[in-house]
Amino acid sequence: MKLIFERSVPGRSSALLPACDVPECPMPEDFARRQALHLPEVAEIDLSRHYTELAGQVFGVNDGFYPLGSCTMKYNPAVNEEIAALPGFTGVHPLQPIHTVQGCLEALVTAEKLLCQVTGMDVMTFQPAAGAHGEFTGLLLIKAYHKSRGDTGRTRIIVPDSAHGTNPASAAMCGFSVVNVPSGPDGCVDLDALRAAVGPDTAGLMLTNPNTVGLFDKNILEITKIVHDAGGLNYYDGANLNAVMEVARPGDMGFDVVHLNLHKTFSTPHGGGGPGSGAVGAKDILAPFLPRFHAAASAEGYVFEDAPQSIGSVKEFYGNFLVILRALCYMRTLGEAGMREASQMAVLNSNYMRVRIAPHCRIATDGVCMHEFVMTLSELKKETGVTAKDVAKAMLDEGMHPPTMYFPLIVEEALMVEPTETESKETLDAACDAIIAILERAKTDPAAVRSTPHNTPIGRPDEVAAARSPKLRCEFS
Amino acid sequence: MNFPKELSYSESHEWVQKLPDGTVRVGLTDFAQSELGDLVFVNLPEAGDSMEIGDSFCDVESVKAVSDVYSPLSGTVSAVNEELLDAPQLINESPYEAWLVAVEDVSEFGELMDAAAYEVFCAQGH
Repeated sequence: MKLIFERSVPGRSSALLPACDVPECPMPEDFARRQALHLPEVAEIDLSRHYTELAGQVFGVNDGFYPLGSCTMKYNPAVNEEIAALPGFTGVHPLQPIHTVQGCLEALVTAEKLLCQVTGMDVMTFQPAAGAHGEFTGLLLIKAYHKSRGDTGRTRIIVPDSAHGTNPASAAMCGFSVVNVPSGPDGCVDLDALRAAVGPDTAGLMLTNPNTVGLFDKNILEITKIVHDAGGLNYYDGANLNAVMEVARPGDMGFDVVHLNLHKTFSTPHGGGGPGSGAVGAKDILAPFLPRFHAAASAEGYVFEDAPQSIGSVKEFYGNFLVILRALCYMRTLGEAGMREASQMAVLNSNYMRVRIAPHCRIATDGVCMHEFVMTLSELKKETGVTAKDVAKAMLDEGMHPPTMYFPLIVEEALMVEPTETESKETLDAACDAIIAILERAKTDPAAVRSTPHNTPIGRPDEVAAARSPKLRCEFS
Repeated sequence: MNFPKELSYSESHEWVQKLPDGTVRVGLTDFAQSELGDLVFVNLPEAGDSMEIGDSFCDVESVKAVSDVYSPLSGTVSAVNEELLDAPQLINESPYEAWLVAVEDVSEFGELMDAAAYEVFCAQGH
């Protein structure tokens, strides 16, 4: 499709401005531009068609099934949008007097209370704008905690080899060095390797539970104890919380700090529709270090508090307020029992798909999984040359978004499937039928699968060229 | 798949070449590059960095994933192949010429295989 700049015609415009009724005042010479601005000049109808065409090029959860593992692409209820559009929430400014925005602060305090109940944490900050930002913030809290105790030799963060790639990256961003701990054959943390890895230099452990192969680590209490006994703190990557809402709490598993992806578990928009929110919950021992702008109740009403030894701000003001509001709306709509049922249905849906697909493709783990499962296509690749990527491309032709590919790294030719609780049995059956048909076609006609997709706006982009020599600018002649 | 006889190989798919002047070159094997796919970025250490057996000393990025490269020896980096920074595809095109680092003062080698043993190792699906 054309860029908006390629639709531009000099002199064309979308707005009818009234005649100027004040004296014209030229821009002072010092501030005047030397070059004309490159702005597209189009009529409103061209602009409208441009955005409609753009919308047709993307795929969202409102277009079809979106089982992108680890991303929890659940449906975003319309009632969230209705509440977040109320003028009392949208027409506020961060710098207006605090007594005029008491309702907004109450919403923040209520959201904190409910999310602390779900996670078993004591306090929460809403500043971080996304999951990895939350990881960074949580690790800064761990760092500040050790430093405040004069415990300066704790420089290493332990990360299992099945971790989300952001975990070691966040640790490195915080100035920690990363110690990788291998998983056992069951995909869970190898306890002996963990015991060997901890020591007086251990700042903490980063873990997601259920883990990235979709298993709840049965040794979780032992794992967090090993780290605590060594003097480290435990960080819970909340990316997979959708499996355990109101069923199991990170705080009870021995975790000291957790980030949540409100745009995953708590039904706020995810991906291009963002922004996101990587709320960070912590136990009381970390409360003195929380980022600034923590909403709290006081004798004078709701106020923003600054923690005494705050790590400072990680984002301006109090985070993406309207996103937090959507999450609050979600929790209030479902209630405790509803959130528990959502998690139970997420696990049931995942297991339903796993059992239907298992006769046609090896699953990376044995037995019951949690909210997601990982297919491994290494045998199919050996037999037919059809890779996980080819199967993912073929799924595009069936009107669904592919699962997460080539992750976790400990599984070869991985496709990680997370259906979420908001999909019906009919949708799951249609997806299973389509996936099974692709796997069968790969055996009889591998070339056909390798040539997909055919029904998408673009075929197979040249990913290598895009990475090696990306073209990121529109050049004006 | 190519397994040059004059090289030694590690289980984590690095090749090791001992040069007459005592330095040692380390690179990624043909098997490794074919499993990784087209490489788009290489992150090399700096001359003077120390390398320890089994520790990651470099990472390579394909369109699929970022992967650590593990050291098959202990020693000090004497030079890095800067050509790879602009042309990571050289590892795909000629893996045994596209050395990653040259290492001096090598104190110890990890467990290494000869070409025949490594070929069997790869065939077993490691």
